[in-house]
Amino acid sequence: MNKIKTIFKGKFLFIFGPFFLLWLLRYIVPNYTISSKTPHWAYIPPKSCLGGCGSIDGFIPFVDWTNALIQFLRKYEIFGLFTFRDFTRGIANYVDKFLDFTEAVLHKGFPSYEIGPLPWIFIITLTVILGFYLRGWRLALLGGTCFAYLILFSKRGIWELSMKSLAAISVSAPLAALIGLCLGILAVKRKKFANFLWPMLNILQSLPHFSYLILVVIFVGIGTKAGVIATVIFAFPPMARLTILGLQNISQEIKEAGVMAGCTKWQMLFKVEIPAARSPIMLGINQVIMQCLAMIVIAAFIGQPGLGHDLLIRLQGLRLGEAFEIGVAVVLIAITLDRYSQALALKEPERREGNFVKRNPYLCATFFAIIICSILVFLFPFFNEYPKELTVSASVYLDNAIKSFTRSLFVPLGIFRDWMLIYFLMPLKAVFQSMPWTGVILFVGAIGWKLGKMRLALTVMLFVFFIASSGYWVRAMITLYMVFASLVICALIGIPLGIWASKKESRTKLVLNICDILQTFPSFIYLLPAIMLFQISDVSAIFAIVIYSSIPMIRYTVFGLRNVPQQIIEASITSGCTERQLLWKVKMPLAFPEIILGANQTLMFALFMVMIAGFIGTVDLSQEIFRALSFSDGGKGLIIGLCVAFIGLTADRLLVEWSNQMKKKLGFIN
Amino acid sequence: MDDQIKISCSNIWKLYGENPEKFLKENNNNPSTEQLKSNKYIPAVRDASIDVKTGEILVIMGLSGSGKSTLLRCMSKLIQPTDGQVFFEGKDLLKASDKELIEIRRHKMGMVFQHFALLPHRTVLQNVAFPLEVQGIEPIKREDRAKEVIKLVGLEGREKYYPRELSGGQQQRVGLARSLAVEPDVWFLDEPFSALDPLIRKEMQNEFLRLQNMLKKTIVFITHDFDEAIRLADRIAIMYEGLIVQVGTPEELITKPATDYVAEFTKDIPRSKLLNAESVMNNEDKKLYDNTVNYKEKIEKIASKVLKSEGSYSVIDENKKVIGSLSKKEIIKALFAENKNE
Repeated sequence: MNKIKTIFKGKFLFIFGPFFLLWLLRYIVPNYTISSKTPHWAYIPPKSCLGGCGSIDGFIPFVDWTNALIQFLRKYEIFGLFTFRDFTRGIANYVDKFLDFTEAVLHKGFPSYEIGPLPWIFIITLTVILGFYLRGWRLALLGGTCFAYLILFSKRGIWELSMKSLAAISVSAPLAALIGLCLGILAVKRKKFANFLWPMLNILQSLPHFSYLILVVIFVGIGTKAGVIATVIFAFPPMARLTILGLQNISQEIKEAGVMAGCTKWQMLFKVEIPAARSPIMLGINQVIMQCLAMIVIAAFIGQPGLGHDLLIRLQGLRLGEAFEIGVAVVLIAITLDRYSQALALKEPERREGNFVKRNPYLCATFFAIIICSILVFLFPFFNEYPKELTVSASVYLDNAIKSFTRSLFVPLGIFRDWMLIYFLMPLKAVFQSMPWTGVILFVGAIGWKLGKMRLALTVMLFVFFIASSGYWVRAMITLYMVFASLVICALIGIPLGIWASKKESRTKLVLNICDILQTFPSFIYLLPAIMLFQISDVSAIFAIVIYSSIPMIRYTVFGLRNVPQQIIEASITSGCTERQLLWKVKMPLAFPEIILGANQTLMFALFMVMIAGFIGTVDLSQEIFRALSFSDGGKGLIIGLCVAFIGLTADRLLVEWSNQMKKKLGFIN
Repeated sequence: MDDQIKISCSNIWKLYGENPEKFLKENNNNPSTEQLKSNKYIPAVRDASIDVKTGEILVIMGLSGSGKSTLLRCMSKLIQPTDGQVFFEGKDLLKASDKELIEIRRHKMGMVFQHFALLPHRTVLQNVAFPLEVQGIEPIKREDRAKEVIKLVGLEGREKYYPRELSGGQQQRVGLARSLAVEPDVWFLDEPFSALDPLIRKEMQNEFLRLQNMLKKTIVFITHDFDEAIRLADRIAIMYEGLIVQVGTPEELITKPATDYVAEFTKDIPRSKLLNAESVMNNEDKKLYDNTVNYKEKIEKIASKVLKSEGSYSVIDENKKVIGSLSKKEIIKALFAENKNE
């Protein structure tokens, strides 16, 4: 912990001084009360605006400007021929063509040729063979189980819904991967483009989904194609990022080997660089698929049919048993796709010698499986269309189980919820709401400056200023309060759990595996238990946020503790450290930079989840975004989105820089 | 230009820092160490001039950070030098277009890397055939050629293996094969055996000498291992902080080190293995004694018989002409003295 002290030695007053002073002043300023109608300008950003506009609260009318721009893009005809909106809708129509095809294959069939959709037996068999090829029988079992569940439990049409969702994913994922790959390559080859792309990716990845949904509605419309386009926009950034990282991390020697062999630029790219960066690029594809799945539910807000849409309706109707059944389907699909694409990323080419069948066993297996399945489908209608009579549904039992469960826990959970609200959340909320915006700007600026970067200080101050001037300061502070409360709880749970897990190899494995599985769940799923246990309140929102965002906290703590060099541990043990001393005097200080990074990730996750929790009625920025979504107010949605993004980016810049500086001091990086 | 000279480098500079070209010009193309330091430039190569003769093994030797790898990369223009000239077979490499460079690399140069730099997604055969593939040579032809080279380096039967299935030594054999697939005139080897275990390293050095005996390439070989250098080299160039300190045959380096730095390097080398009669003989005494030794004989071989006999030995050249003499005194001096001038 000494490291932390040295960074802040004698700087505490400098950093916190002005902030606290302003805060305290608020209570000293005469005539000021919390309910006062004309708060002092230094505490709450003034409402008058520069442009002389009336509709917006902020003193800089960003929302109006954005809406004017959107209006311009909708109406202005480029070369007098078409508007920007015509252009985007044109692209959307192309997307629709692909979508028609995948939908026909998976669930609609080709009525004009009298061909039905792909029978379920094909889908299960091919999934199993692919699983065997990619990793072995365990993966095959997972894939088989997943689709077996979908077909077995499709009393309420889970199979069809899943196929609809998969049809959308099988268009959006390749599209997003391709866009990400191209942008990534371009960024590596053209330095200037990279300078432009990185900040764009940062902002795109920290914007809440709902803010681009509004823009997609304006420029594309609603329905499946709009959902696909929203998904693509959301899913391509990690691909671009991993492509850039992958290409940059190719060893210099391999590139030189390519040059010395006399490769042209294109040969370098396709024969040397992309294959050498194969694994990170494939991990990018894995990320893209996971993002697409996360969007299943979110895209349902703009009318994309599928699992997400039905899940949403059931959640809104509080039909938790049915929602649970669909939730399990979503989770199973998510885990299956995640494991399959991960296996693909890590797949090494294998040496097989012998005759054709021996060299290509899976190709042959696929061939025979197709023949056998075709015969089965031809002979028995059972294999073509799974009979409805044989499907099951557990939703009634689940409903009852959930009801009796919550009923039995109603009293203790109620007490817990009220206690949390009264003694923790409400006071914290009041504290955050009373924070003066000028003080916050000074505060982040001071931290930035103390971390030694004038530029960093100015950037984060600008971010906070943007939030303050946009007119959503109070809402933003409520968001921040939710995030902060969750962060505290996550740290209280995550760090001890991480310490516990890092003690033994077997525990580490177990905990990291659970983290892996939890991380593949689409975020909306976490609202299910939250609503079940705590109904609709800040507590349920924070509960959902905490389970979702403790994952990085645990993960990074384990990582940090386990990565303490073995030599140092041995040296400490031989110096006579007890177990406890070893942990607190050696391991924790060395793992601290990683734990900070974990906190940073947790914060990002929490911010992301707060936005989704707006669905169950919180009063922060997310609610404003939902409102903007229902009014199709693109400017408002985007500006609030930027506010959220800037909260995230401010914390991210400061925490990452802090962690890096500590790592430098510890000599972990240069 | 001399036919005997394959690559000629003159006054090569490679500086890292801001706008190094301008800085170099302002300092008359010859900034001092202090000037470089005070202006925060990192000199990788400083004013290096060296010729590589056709058919020789030139070893560039130096510790890490001495600029040897950078100099090699300037020769193949993998790195653009800040200043200076590189002529390859009389052609100015630094003025060559991208197209010309690709042609030269495709047909005249081969390079072996310290960490092998094999493409992990390709089999041994595909790796070796890679330089032929990018030239657009048809599959059957290039695979035949690749198989030939794989046989040459002793990896027959492993054609279908992937690099990760091979040991370090085997991987470097693939690296050697790949660099030889196009039958290059010049063979660049960048610390090819440094990443290998000592025993394997020895084996690979023998393999290298065997290949060179067959192929007679012009070779530029980088190493930080002086033992390796004297084992393989016709000539050695020693680099220190970007400067070429001395170029010479192994004997010259040991008997006439140009600086203390070179002397420090050569000090621990078993001199008897390296020095020959000519380099230690007494030049003044040209009498013909009963016993004679050839001037090229290594001291290691003749030391015991000279030390056992009472009189001196005459040193004769290939025309049986006496060019000097060896007595116990010279042998003892050669074996134990720091260098000849002491």
